[in-house]
Amino acid sequence: MDVITLSRIQFGVTTAFHFLFVPLTLGLVWFVAIMQTLYYRTGQERYRRMSKFWGKLFLVNFGMGVATGIVQEFQFGMNWSGYSRFVGDVFGALLAIETMMAFFLESVFIGIWIFGEGRVPKRVHLLSIWMAAVGSLLSSVWILLANGWMQHPVGHIINPLTGRAELVDFLALVTNPKGWLLFWHALSAGFATSAFLLLGVSAWYILRKQELDVFKPSFTMGAIAGVIASFSLLMTGHTQGQEMRLYQPMKLAAVEAIWETEQPASFSLLTIGDLSGKREVWSIRIPYLMSFLACNNFSCEVKGVHDLQAEYEARFGPGDYIPLMVFTYWSFRAMVGISFLLLAASAFGLWVAMRGWPVRLTKWLRWMPYTIPMPFAAGIAGWLTTEMGRQPWVVQGLLTTAQAISPNLTILDVSISLVGFTLVYSALAVVMVTLMWRFARQGTEAALSKSVDVAEAVPLGSLVGAQD
Amino acid sequence: MSYEFLQILWFILIAVLWIGFHFLEGFDFGVGMLLPFLGKTDIERRAIINSIGSVWDGNEVWLLTAGGATFAAFPHWYATMFSGFYLALFLLLVGLILRGISFEYRSKDAAPAWRNRFDWMIAIGSFLAALLLGTAFANLAKGLPIGADMNLVAPSWLPNNLGVTLTLLNPYGLLGGLTTVAVFLLHGANFLVLKLEGSLHTRAVDFSKKLWIAASVLYVLLGIWTYVAKFWANGKINPGIVPLTAVVMILLTGYFINKKMEGWAFISTALNIVLTQATFFLMTFPNVMLSTLNPEWSLTVYNASSSQYTLTVMSVVALIFVPIVLAYQGWTYYMFRKRISTDKKTLVY
Repeated sequence: MDVITLSRIQFGVTTAFHFLFVPLTLGLVWFVAIMQTLYYRTGQERYRRMSKFWGKLFLVNFGMGVATGIVQEFQFGMNWSGYSRFVGDVFGALLAIETMMAFFLESVFIGIWIFGEGRVPKRVHLLSIWMAAVGSLLSSVWILLANGWMQHPVGHIINPLTGRAELVDFLALVTNPKGWLLFWHALSAGFATSAFLLLGVSAWYILRKQELDVFKPSFTMGAIAGVIASFSLLMTGHTQGQEMRLYQPMKLAAVEAIWETEQPASFSLLTIGDLSGKREVWSIRIPYLMSFLACNNFSCEVKGVHDLQAEYEARFGPGDYIPLMVFTYWSFRAMVGISFLLLAASAFGLWVAMRGWPVRLTKWLRWMPYTIPMPFAAGIAGWLTTEMGRQPWVVQGLLTTAQAISPNLTILDVSISLVGFTLVYSALAVVMVTLMWRFARQGTEAALSKSVDVAEAVPLGSLVGAQD
Repeated sequence: MSYEFLQILWFILIAVLWIGFHFLEGFDFGVGMLLPFLGKTDIERRAIINSIGSVWDGNEVWLLTAGGATFAAFPHWYATMFSGFYLALFLLLVGLILRGISFEYRSKDAAPAWRNRFDWMIAIGSFLAALLLGTAFANLAKGLPIGADMNLVAPSWLPNNLGVTLTLLNPYGLLGGLTTVAVFLLHGANFLVLKLEGSLHTRAVDFSKKLWIAASVLYVLLGIWTYVAKFWANGKINPGIVPLTAVVMILLTGYFINKKMEGWAFISTALNIVLTQATFFLMTFPNVMLSTLNPEWSLTVYNASSSQYTLTVMSVVALIFVPIVLAYQGWTYYMFRKRISTDKKTLVY
């Protein structure tokens, strides 16, 4: 494997890992803020326990998000110095604004929230979680505007003297429709991920008939948010598909396995490709459907991979402009499939709650905990689709991934860091999942304190029988 | 605003971010390194961690902001430095990750072994970060093998970045690293002297006295080397009185500690760190990364910067948000200004 492939794998691994924590931070913080506000307004003990319980899970996740986030900012320069030189004026500016507007807000107020209870006035403590929520929201706005620019570059010119992209229209950059679509999509993913944590964990308690005064309302909150968020995921995803036809037709063709330009276009229900991942062997297709999905009518033209390849070669010179379709096609289907499943599961959950928890329906909730990993999987699949679908470009139409690499890296360098990050991240994942698993099943009493006291050093023998 | 004015303005802003980062995370890293040595029992260690618990994350954002601002204002500086220091930054990141996670997770399990492991990860992560930052800045002051294409080149007999990383470990670079470790340890001890009570406070004072000797010796050595090797003459500005004041500050620290002037001791290490960083930026200007191969190949504030438009936009953003950030971050220090006791009820982490 060469430096580019290894660097791409490293970027994929570190980013996918980071994005396991981002959506939960992005969504769960609002639930915790609402729960704490309910406690502040009503003074009811159950709302205190509720915000404490979910707040503790939130913090275990938040710590990982912070720690793995630093890597994200550094590795543009580390592995992709060609990219950094080319996009610094535009992408770098958005990243810098994110640190100034969002990271400080998030980290400082989370600090106040964790440490301030009992030391700062209750109002200030409540304010701090809302400020942290705003911080995380702003963070997602700026980073997705930055990613949006990579998908659909606007507001810049290419300086003929330096060959670099230079910002000329900041307003166009911050109103980039692609960036805002990505934002709504990622925010929906954040709420969906958090909603299913609420649904899954609450269902576990409800079936055990434990702390129903806390977990039934939590479940209902999760169900309402889950329905809205998964519906919004599907809608914002659908809109992105339509916009892809205009801005990134090759990605659309790769995602939907459209080989030849068709008018009207058929939709691939199932396509089997060959081992290169770039050629079709066999498929089942539904006529007209692709045109409808892409343009809301039954007659529009959707360009195919082969025509686009010819078009790009004429525009950009010889090269392979086709993404690895086996990845884009299947990860896209995994994402959409899961999203429909999430909509159905949360709608069912809402129905159970609205019918007043009849036993014959409630018993089905035992499947709900198994939905917890699904939004995470869909999130990763979504990023794989959109980032691999843009290849060979790193900035659509302007800079290829091969041009973006740091020229001074060797296979040894990237191998060391790739293995290192993978090992550290794997170990951390085990620790984090262990803690989440434990805290999720401990009930709200244990969540009232953020830490536990150290165990006394006792002789090993006396531990036998001490555990239940 | 003229292009040149903006370029210099952003050089100053980035200098301020690095200065702020070293001042704030300086004591965080020091506290982290001292943790397993100063804290004998679990509750003592918890008190030590809680002394920086509410602020370390916000302090670390200064590093992220310095990185982000460099990316936006001087893309070539960001690209050359981050790709050139590849393996060193990889280690720095591992250190920061382990340290950050350990703060959050160490008191979430009752097992003493679990806690001990995380405590050592805090110490090692803080040590790695301090050592690597110091080594990196010493090498930046000394100059690096930057080629005509703005990328770092290593000796031909070693793989590129491995080679750069190994050449970073030259005597001057290592002295810079060790001095940074020692000064951060002293700064951390002086911070803990202000934040802790009882026997922990007494122990922190003892540590501060011992560390002062090591830090002063190393610091003076580094100063002499920098002076004799004429690294101060690499740029266009003679830093003059600034490094001298920094030396005076570290020497004065010992006096303040012995006179039990605890606040002044902390201020003097703080000023030492601030003035040392200021010296670096004065010394290097207008270069941001000096090439030892050919002065023509150095990165400067002029050839490494982004466009005038970007710098203007960024200036407006910084003008609005930097004061706001400073206000609320300063406010948290005010809110959590009380000393930390070893009373279980008051501890969070």
